[in-house]
Amino acid sequence: MQMGDSVFMFFSALLVWIMTPAIALFYGGMVRSKNMLSTAMYSVGSLAVISVLWIVAGYSLAFSTGGNAFIGNLDWVGLKGVGFTPNGDYSATIPHNMFMMFQLTFAVLTVAIISGAFAERMKFSAFILFAILWSLFVYAPVAHWVWGVGGWLRELGAIDFAGGNVVHISSGVAGLILALVVGKRKNADAAAPHNLPLTLLGGMLIWFGWFGFNVGSALTINSVAMTAFINTNTAAATGIIGWLVVEWIINKKPTLLGAVSGAIAGLVAITPACGFVTPFASILIGFIGGAVCFWGIFSLKKKIGYDDALDAFGLHGIGGTWGGIATGLFATTSVNDAGANGLFYGDPSLLWKQLVAIVATYLFVGIATFIIVKVVGLIVSLRATQEEETLGLDITLHGERAYHESNM
Amino acid sequence: MSDVLTKIEIITRPSKFEELKQELAKIGVSGITVTDALGCGLQKGITELYRSVKKQDNMHARIKVEIVVCEVPVSDVVDKARKVLNTGQPGDGKIFIYELKNAIKIRTGEEGSQALRNNS
Repeated sequence: MQMGDSVFMFFSALLVWIMTPAIALFYGGMVRSKNMLSTAMYSVGSLAVISVLWIVAGYSLAFSTGGNAFIGNLDWVGLKGVGFTPNGDYSATIPHNMFMMFQLTFAVLTVAIISGAFAERMKFSAFILFAILWSLFVYAPVAHWVWGVGGWLRELGAIDFAGGNVVHISSGVAGLILALVVGKRKNADAAAPHNLPLTLLGGMLIWFGWFGFNVGSALTINSVAMTAFINTNTAAATGIIGWLVVEWIINKKPTLLGAVSGAIAGLVAITPACGFVTPFASILIGFIGGAVCFWGIFSLKKKIGYDDALDAFGLHGIGGTWGGIATGLFATTSVNDAGANGLFYGDPSLLWKQLVAIVATYLFVGIATFIIVKVVGLIVSLRATQEEETLGLDITLHGERAYHESNM
Repeated sequence: MSDVLTKIEIITRPSKFEELKQELAKIGVSGITVTDALGCGLQKGITELYRSVKKQDNMHARIKVEIVVCEVPVSDVVDKARKVLNTGQPGDGKIFIYELKNAIKIRTGEEGSQALRNNS
């Protein structure tokens, strides 16, 4: 065990932890005031449920070393054998249970991200049930594929530094399926953000937390970690620029919501690549990430006609897909000798592996999520009633209001 | 002394409120009631865009100023209001004038023109 790395990882885990409450604010500000609290509750609910589930079984299913190519086994259920002694398979320099906690914050965050897709209409009870099943049967396997010892994508040689597949594509695709199955909101066109300053605060806290997410994924402070740090900030910045340039041209006005969204798009896009590419590449990855996500939300969403309320798929699915492809283009072993060379550095096979990983994640997450949603729908009703939706989920499902504005 | 009570209702831009209040005080209007209001008229709507979702809003933020006068000539109030509030653009608002049956001061029970005065 090495103290410097351990302190660094403790701090990184704290940073990633804050991203989930930050999502509560980010998403909460984007919904109508009558749904502020119910939207935030999806994030708080994720913190509660997934935190426990991860200890009980999630971590073992994702990371235990005795499983097969698709899923871990139950050796580490209840953290049996996961103690202070480092596990060399993941990091020889930090306590094993520290690694477990770092990964826990990812598992919580991923479920919270999905909630943007069905905000303002899904029942809290259905969400909790969905979160439990999805985390065990979708998140844990995908994490195992990519990062777990013996995971098939890891063995294949696909690379994902901080969770482009595991966190972003999987949450985005799950969100898309949920948006399609749960259906559109009544009056979705009339919905507008009720508090963009909250969204700004949440969005910037997400960016702040993302440093732990990406830099911490190096598991030590070395040159790869510093490159990830620089790349993360750079891509977020160019994500803003990419989004705003397109928005300014098409809609004639650069918006703050667009700027914050562009930052998230850039962050999503750089996530799988951040420890494998040069800072110059991160400029392009972030810029294109911002522009592509704008296109997805401006154009693709209208064409297909799903109501991804807060663009979980639009940002995380589309941004994550671009990030995975970009990793296959821009990765270079000059940045990280544990990585690989991408297409622009002479090896087209990495791009192929990245595409396999992306397609496999889309297919598995899409089908498994669909099945889970249908199962949940048999047990409880997925969607709030029309009356509940009209009055707002805060007062009807949770019995509270975000704001008491009247002085009477 | 006229005992006719007249209510003047002015719907106009919130940005003009301070100026209007000061000008009305100068001609002796002592009591006003102001309410935030929303409304539409000839003015065009505003388009909001959130992640490219258009929200057309043709309701504009306005204030409604209610004044009841007895001694102050109604024409003075109208002239002052028009002078202050007229920008020449659509959206300046409207003035409505009503004749009132009565007014009662809750504290003292005084009625009619007496209700508008400060007698105590």
